[in-house]
Amino acid sequence: MEKQYKCHKISGGKVSGELLFSKDGMCFYLIEPKNGKIIEKEHCLYGQSIAGKILVFPYGKGSSVVQADGMYQLKMTGMNPAGMIVVNADTTLAASAIILDAPMVNKMEENFYKDLHDGDMVELDAENGILRKL
Amino acid sequence: MYLTKEEEKMLDGVYGKGTQLAMKILVAIGEAYDAPKMVPVTRTHVALSNQEADLWFAEKLADGGAKCRVRPTVNPSFNLEQFQAITNIDSEDEKIVKRTHAAYVKLGAIMTYDCTPYLERNVPRFGEIISFSESSATPFVNSVYGARSNRESAQSALCSAVTGVTPYYGFLLKENRAGQVLVHVEADMEDDFAYQMLGYFAPKKIGFAIPVFAGLKNPSKEALMNLGAQLNTGGNVALYHILGFTPEAQTMEDAFQGKKPQREVTITNADLKSMREEISDKSGKIDFALYGCPHFTIDQVCAIAELVDGKKLAVPLFIMTSALTRNLAKKMGYMDTIRAAGGEIVEDTCMDQPCWKFLYGKKGITDSPKCAYYTKRRDMQFVIAPLKDSVLAALKGEY
Repeated sequence: MEKQYKCHKISGGKVSGELLFSKDGMCFYLIEPKNGKIIEKEHCLYGQSIAGKILVFPYGKGSSVVQADGMYQLKMTGMNPAGMIVVNADTTLAASAIILDAPMVNKMEENFYKDLHDGDMVELDAENGILRKL
Repeated sequence: MYLTKEEEKMLDGVYGKGTQLAMKILVAIGEAYDAPKMVPVTRTHVALSNQEADLWFAEKLADGGAKCRVRPTVNPSFNLEQFQAITNIDSEDEKIVKRTHAAYVKLGAIMTYDCTPYLERNVPRFGEIISFSESSATPFVNSVYGARSNRESAQSALCSAVTGVTPYYGFLLKENRAGQVLVHVEADMEDDFAYQMLGYFAPKKIGFAIPVFAGLKNPSKEALMNLGAQLNTGGNVALYHILGFTPEAQTMEDAFQGKKPQREVTITNADLKSMREEISDKSGKIDFALYGCPHFTIDQVCAIAELVDGKKLAVPLFIMTSALTRNLAKKMGYMDTIRAAGGEIVEDTCMDQPCWKFLYGKKGITDSPKCAYYTKRRDMQFVIAPLKDSVLAALKGEY
């Protein structure tokens, strides 16, 4: 049977893609909208693209404006992450995802972090708070 | 989530599509955080930015007929008139400034264009429930005044301005405001600049938690502005306590609400020094100096005026501040002094705006890591240095 993990909806939607784990917080404004690559030098994913990924990260960072604007620009170019899994969602991050209809969940089951790795294909059903390994 | 009759009416579209959308978004946020109900807000501050998402959303609400029930003060964009005297402004950029202005006026916002509303115009009292966006403002109102705001985005704060309510969760509840990590500050903290570095560095040690700083002695209002702005830029800290100083942390018992700190960390001079080395460009020749992220106070303007009095700056120097402070600087003669040296004071302006295009590709000096942080998007380099050192560098043209 396929593996399933429970999580909690912040912003709905059902998407699939490869997992990409970040141990650092995310500031969506410091991602190049043209190619989805992280341009923040001190970031652990510096130079990597988040486009189309299911991005897993601990928290958002950056001012109250730039998360929404960063996500908006990525959405306009289609370089946005397919979905987002976050540990600590502050209001700025959650509100930005909700306003831009970007699927986002938190409170992911602990086992998820043990079992799954970069590159694993998953389906994220944010609406119902379920993640399936494909 | 429980909604009052009035809130239901907003959600059902009785007050138009704009108000309906604002309420829909607040309900979604409330559900994401398992909030049981909405609560009224008495103040709001919206981080207007002219950026695409900002304009898109403000126009969507305005076109939907929304009117703010709790009129917000707003963040800076850039002052067209003052910048047209300094540089050429692209017609695209002029258009976006005017469109954003029109949308916010239509919504009923108070057009303060200032990122330090907590010092003037929109000052909350202890315990007041408010909805404040802007990364330097949220920590200041929460921590220094003890008002209660979540870490609102520009858009969620605007939704609260329109509806007059916010979901009841997070920092609005006393039990969620307890300190979590005890931070022993062993660094010297000699000047306001040290607080910039402390704010930028601390999140790397504490992560997503509420810090209680021990060992800080009588920080100035500028030090507190710096600390909050950087905590919320380098990381995601919209509430902090200073033991024996901020209102919710008079004692250890208060600060941690009777619990034990989850962790204790120590921050030293060496930590702040290596942080500065990591984020600051190397020394050398500079092309300009830029201040006011967040907007400078009259005391900071005065400090620069005194340093450049009777001298000539080797590179252009710009200070961003509120219209009120700029007017005061004019009255007090600081503006004349700074202009005579070759500097300029601009109001209503943020550094993260296209009016600074004439500085792209150049290297500047500033006292604010936040100022340098977002310019990675705009091809500007910055040396980050204490205020006095950086002004002296601007007089010489190198650091």
